[in-house]
Amino acid sequence: MSAASAPLPRWVTYGLMPVLNLAVAFLISGLVVAFIGESPWEAVEVLLTGALGTGEGIGYTLFYATNFIFTGLAVAVAFHCGLFNIGGEGQAYLGGLGAALVALSLGDVLPWYLTMPVAVLFAALFGAAWALIPAWLQASRGSHIVITTIMFNFIGAALMVYLLVNVLKVPGAMAPETRVFAEGGQLPKLTWPFELFGAKLGAAPFNVSFVIALVMAVLVWLLIWRTRLGYEIRATGTNPTAAIYAGIPYKRMVIVTMLLSGGLAGMMALNPVMGASARLQVEFVGGAGFVGIAVALMGRSHPLGIVFAAILFGVLYQGGAELSFWIPAITRDMIVVIQGLVILFAGALETMFRPALARLFWRAPRAAAAKA
Amino acid sequence: MNAPVRTVPDADAPAIELVGIDKSFGPVHANKDIHLTVRRGTIHGVIGENGAGKSTLMSILYGFYQADRGEIRVGGRPIVIKDSQAAIAAGIGMVHQHFMLVENFTVLENVMLGAEGGAFLKTGIAKARAELKRLETEYALDVDPDAVIETLPVGRQQRVEILKALYRGADILILDEPTGVLTPAEADHLFRILRVLRDQGKTVILITHKLREIMAITDAVSVMRRGEMVATRTTAETTVEELAELMVGRRVLLKVDKGPAKPGPVALSVRNLTVRDHRGVTMVDDVSFDVRAGEIVGIAGVAGNGQSELLEALAGIRKPASGDILIEGKSTLGADPAMLRRRGLAHVPEDRHHMGLVLKFEEYENSILGYHDDPRFVRGPFLDIEAIRADARDKIAKYDIRPPNPRLKTANFSGGNQQKIVLAREIERDPTVLIIGQPTRGVDIGAIEFIHRRIVEMRDAGKAILLVSVELDEIRALADRVIVMFAGRVVGEKTPEASEQTLGLMMAGIGP
Repeated sequence: MSAASAPLPRWVTYGLMPVLNLAVAFLISGLVVAFIGESPWEAVEVLLTGALGTGEGIGYTLFYATNFIFTGLAVAVAFHCGLFNIGGEGQAYLGGLGAALVALSLGDVLPWYLTMPVAVLFAALFGAAWALIPAWLQASRGSHIVITTIMFNFIGAALMVYLLVNVLKVPGAMAPETRVFAEGGQLPKLTWPFELFGAKLGAAPFNVSFVIALVMAVLVWLLIWRTRLGYEIRATGTNPTAAIYAGIPYKRMVIVTMLLSGGLAGMMALNPVMGASARLQVEFVGGAGFVGIAVALMGRSHPLGIVFAAILFGVLYQGGAELSFWIPAITRDMIVVIQGLVILFAGALETMFRPALARLFWRAPRAAAAKA
Repeated sequence: MNAPVRTVPDADAPAIELVGIDKSFGPVHANKDIHLTVRRGTIHGVIGENGAGKSTLMSILYGFYQADRGEIRVGGRPIVIKDSQAAIAAGIGMVHQHFMLVENFTVLENVMLGAEGGAFLKTGIAKARAELKRLETEYALDVDPDAVIETLPVGRQQRVEILKALYRGADILILDEPTGVLTPAEADHLFRILRVLRDQGKTVILITHKLREIMAITDAVSVMRRGEMVATRTTAETTVEELAELMVGRRVLLKVDKGPAKPGPVALSVRNLTVRDHRGVTMVDDVSFDVRAGEIVGIAGVAGNGQSELLEALAGIRKPASGDILIEGKSTLGADPAMLRRRGLAHVPEDRHHMGLVLKFEEYENSILGYHDDPRFVRGPFLDIEAIRADARDKIAKYDIRPPNPRLKTANFSGGNQQKIVLAREIERDPTVLIIGQPTRGVDIGAIEFIHRRIVEMRDAGKAILLVSVELDEIRALADRVIVMFAGRVVGEKTPEASEQTLGLMMAGIGP
């Protein structure tokens, strides 16, 4: 076989390398913890028991993971078209508006399972709409999507604050938030999988959105690797010139992909808005849009990888909250440092160990062959 | 013709000796126990198919890679070349296939780059200017030191590269495929320069895949095949046929076997076509010609004279500024590449890496690029993966694409096999009009034979074929009519029997 680059077996690329990256990230995090005078072992223990030790902890972990699956998928779809959608934050925020409008209007008259599909649709539509203008600017004017989407995050945030303070707020109330949705506008908690194992979900807001997220992961996989549109998206993303040669319209690809991406980001709002707080609040997205970038990077833009990476970040979020609660010396900012290290090693430096692994991997069998 | 190894390093020692050089990239054994001796003051050719390991070997010599095993001796003395600085210090200079020049710098500035000699430029400039003058007169390399690179024709840019190497004190000059971008006249001039260099005592290593150049200019030639050095010959004592056989490992038919064309009605018609590039510069200027069914029309010309833009306009990728293109009498203006495919146009692009293939895709995914809307390959919004893979396997068998694995990443196929993937895709659609750019660029001799045969078969099946190639030999071998382009215009039309000199002059823009 003629091979220009030395290919590594899949289990090395998709199994060993991420684990190795993660191990290094944790190793350095451990050093940082030791540096501020705390025991790394204790920190790991608190982090892991906090995230995975109790039913409630797992519930929170998966609740956060749900957010990250949506935003991770959003970033990944855009990646496949060669676009860097940094606007997940704003698109999710606007998606919340779509979901809330449905929950406020239909939630009073319909049961949740009828409200839900409409809410999914509207969350996606609002998120997609927020991605449309940057997409159009990129496609027809060449304005860089990184710049425009990030600017739209700010516009989105300002717009939502305006709406919540002036339009959607309950008259007479102090908090800039909508009224609590009626039961038909809330997504029920997923308690039964926990009861199955005799665990208690407790206060954790783990809800039906997780299932929607998993369904979306499957749909994204189908879209990217099994449909004509996905083929066109990947062709445009990996070699735009070849895509034009093949008669794939670049502008349409950019716009369609960004609408899909924005839609996925918008759906993220279902989880916190309809699943957890049952009302629309300011800043409910809480950085999930940005974490989605790290999740997509770490998951190699593959839905399965994204689900795993999202759960990992769920663990970091939930465990990190516990950590800062139990070990006050490790503040919220320290948790951000640890998350940053994970992003650095698993995302940005994902192929750092590749050359060394390739050497190890190819030298061993050849040395063995030479001996034989 | 191995020169005897001397014990004392002296002026008679070979300029370069490679002893048992071995290099692997992962599972790919690029150089296997290579021995090569290059005598001082000679022009030594290194030939081999793509992927034979020539470039790897020269990269080791120039310090881009380290050999896993083996020794390099320069002037009889073993040395370690750990980077290009070390190579330069050892007197080895390299002229790359793609020039390494700063386009908006002057010749002088480019020559000095990396050897400025101090923090302040003034003294360095004066010294460099004097040195440049000396080199120019000594080696007949006339270039204006104050000309800006981007204003110079490629032939002169190449001379700047040679000057750069000489300025750094190179005694041994490696040239990697130097004639790929030159007109025949420029190539001749280059060869004259190389001879002067040799006569002045420099050693030249010429890497090429063009056998004719080897015969024309080298003193000795070494042949590589699949990472091994299979033979070294004195040029005067060998033949093109022998070298070709050594390169491929079997007898090769160098001439294309084809009968006379039987042209039918006009299938492709170009009328007063003008095409501008993205800067608004006119690249194709009022060009008109016809291609009939059952004939091959070749477009000869030095790269960059509008052929690429012409092809792109024909394929619907670039909108013409004015004029018309007709397929079977009907205008194609406003049609995008997908619509043109449906009207029976197939396009093998000049640059398969850039345009013809998505290298990160698996082979079968590339086998439908541009035809992914075909009902045979889709079911509703989904791709019919099984149907596509079955079709890809058929094409692999028919075109002998190796390795025969539709799941392999396209980047992992050799150049020749990649080209076959493109050709299979475009030809098997049974198009009315086939436009082909550089069908055998970077393709092994063995595959060239196969590709040429397929093109002639297409002609004999009554297809109208437009062939663009910078290889004049290829045009003359395949085409039934030759159109020469220069500076965006059609200079004239000739039969392929016209002499190389005539065509060469036309390619340089000097009258038909």
